[in-house]
Amino acid sequence: MQAKTLFDRIWDEHVVHSIEDGPDVLYIDQHYIHEVTSPQAFNGLRDRGIPVFRPGKTLATADHNIPTIDQELPIKDETSRKQVEELAENCKRYGIRYLGLNHPENGIVHVAGPELGYTLPGMTIVCGDSHTSTHGAFGTIAFGIGTSEVEMVLATQCLLQSKPKRMRITVYGNLKKGVTSKDVIMYIISRLSTGGATGFFIEYSGSAVSGMSMEARMTVCNMSIEMGARGGLIAPDEKTFDYIERAWQLYRGNGSFTIPEEWKGFRSAPDAEFDREHVFDSEAIKPMITYGTNPGMAMAIDETIPPVDSLEGESASSWLKSLEYMGFKPEMKLVGQKIDYVFLGSCTNGRIEDLRAFAGMVRGRRRASNVTALIVPGSKMVGKQAIDEGLDVILRNAGFELRQPGCSSCLAMNEDKIPAGKYAVSTSNRNFEGRQGPGSRTLLASPLTAAAAAVTGRITDPRELLR
Amino acid sequence: MSKSKFTVLESTCVPVPYENIDTDQIIPARFLTATSREGFGENLFRDWRYDKSGAKNSDCILNDLQYRGEILVAGKNFGCGSSREHAVWAVQDHGFRAVVSSFFADIFKNNALNNGLLPVVIPPKILDELMSLVLAEPDTRLRIDLREQLLTIIPADLAVRFEINPYRKECLLNGLDDIEYLLGLKDLITDFENRKKVVV
Repeated sequence: MQAKTLFDRIWDEHVVHSIEDGPDVLYIDQHYIHEVTSPQAFNGLRDRGIPVFRPGKTLATADHNIPTIDQELPIKDETSRKQVEELAENCKRYGIRYLGLNHPENGIVHVAGPELGYTLPGMTIVCGDSHTSTHGAFGTIAFGIGTSEVEMVLATQCLLQSKPKRMRITVYGNLKKGVTSKDVIMYIISRLSTGGATGFFIEYSGSAVSGMSMEARMTVCNMSIEMGARGGLIAPDEKTFDYIERAWQLYRGNGSFTIPEEWKGFRSAPDAEFDREHVFDSEAIKPMITYGTNPGMAMAIDETIPPVDSLEGESASSWLKSLEYMGFKPEMKLVGQKIDYVFLGSCTNGRIEDLRAFAGMVRGRRRASNVTALIVPGSKMVGKQAIDEGLDVILRNAGFELRQPGCSSCLAMNEDKIPAGKYAVSTSNRNFEGRQGPGSRTLLASPLTAAAAAVTGRITDPRELLR
Repeated sequence: MSKSKFTVLESTCVPVPYENIDTDQIIPARFLTATSREGFGENLFRDWRYDKSGAKNSDCILNDLQYRGEILVAGKNFGCGSSREHAVWAVQDHGFRAVVSSFFADIFKNNALNNGLLPVVIPPKILDELMSLVLAEPDTRLRIDLREQLLTIIPADLAVRFEINPYRKECLLNGLDDIEYLLGLKDLITDFENRKKVVV
């Protein structure tokens, strides 16, 4: 038998049927849904007159369009409110567990799912959201799908999928001081480009990856899609098992969860072959920041924007259009540039460790007067934990306020918009034109870099403020 | 439910000479609160086509009436970013039936195929030539023959073969629907669950 990658092993275990010269019928273990990409799928079921096949395998949250203040009150925006109400009604009608706005376990789908112990090693997981790749941190095949596919899963618990190719990205060594998992994944994307992993499913490995916490691993897997990969996974280990045991103790009403023996063998065979391999030395990784309008346009924070003639395989006109949108020029230095907004949150960096990192950096300092900050926990439980740990007090003393959870300014479907022309240092995942509001200019960075910008009002190398 | 079929399409095209066009450009997130599939076309490329006041941007190629047709020609990695199927609905609702590029983001490609919008992948060099030609000659007609898997640049008399998964091709040619197909496999799916001892 051919030595298998972990990806192949999980995939092959879930093939219900293989269509000759076509895609596989893949069984889905866990389906997550939210208010924005599910309504048309439920409409489809109604038009067909069919039920949800396995309602117990879908978990719903409201996260994308919701406000991050006054969640106790009705949502002001009428179409957003209706969309959330429609999700609630659909869940009730079809018997799907729903974590609504005022549910104590509500949160961004990719924060709440793992936190509540729904995401488990060896699973296939899908959601109508590209950042579903986050769940790969637990040794799962997890990827984003469209609404027609959401309907497929609701109707049959299966998807038609062609198997992607395999890529392994190995990062070895110890991360330097001030360098976070966000910087690691931004560095990788800057090397591979925004479309560089299209058609692939990634396995991340190496000592730098195994040294990361589960939260940090989720940040890495989360941004797999930003280089076009279908998803990215990390083989589970003791850290994974500890995280899951804790989640089950806290939220699944089952004080004793036994880790299945099988999970300990969830890793790629030593001689398994990958279609492509990349190896990176974490010594070379510094705090990163984006300068353009896709996540591949990133550099170390102390570098200058590259010159046009250094572009490889990218069109100069698209690249220059991007810089023009940002108000930047080639060979420009970004450190010292004035900024207007800071956003801490999202499914990339809205977890407790991210809040701790941000709070640790701003403690004893003050928010710069030119900065408006949006500090948004990824879930109700993250927000609660932050308060339990006293992070809210540290933040308040430094001039910051903890909001209520949601996707918020990451995609600005709610009121948390960055005004046109303004610069935002954001811990989210996309710096696309207008992503954080029409005309907004996003600089992606780690929570530490965001905190450094928040207290100085400028793009600042976080290593200078480390204590 | 059957879907509309795709066999042959002959049309002029609309060039968008940018790479890595993400789904936030195709349909900005603020328009995603609708709960039906219709009506997204008017907001296709909204923030490129209109300024803040809602007036048309005259320098936007999508507002240049010389360029029209049912085929969109775009730079590489079209449809990257968010998984929103609304991007495909917007492209279709605006009147496009095929998109030509040198490669597509995976999720966009699947969404397109699931809706009968044909993603046509051609080599980068030919895409560059096609883009230059169309920009210079807006009347350039293209012919897309799905059965033969050929894209013909009619005035240049140049035919390029494009790849498509044979199953997906059959679905498009015959207007078949994946969900109907999967619903027909219920027994296989239940057998799988029993065999794997899936807790349902």
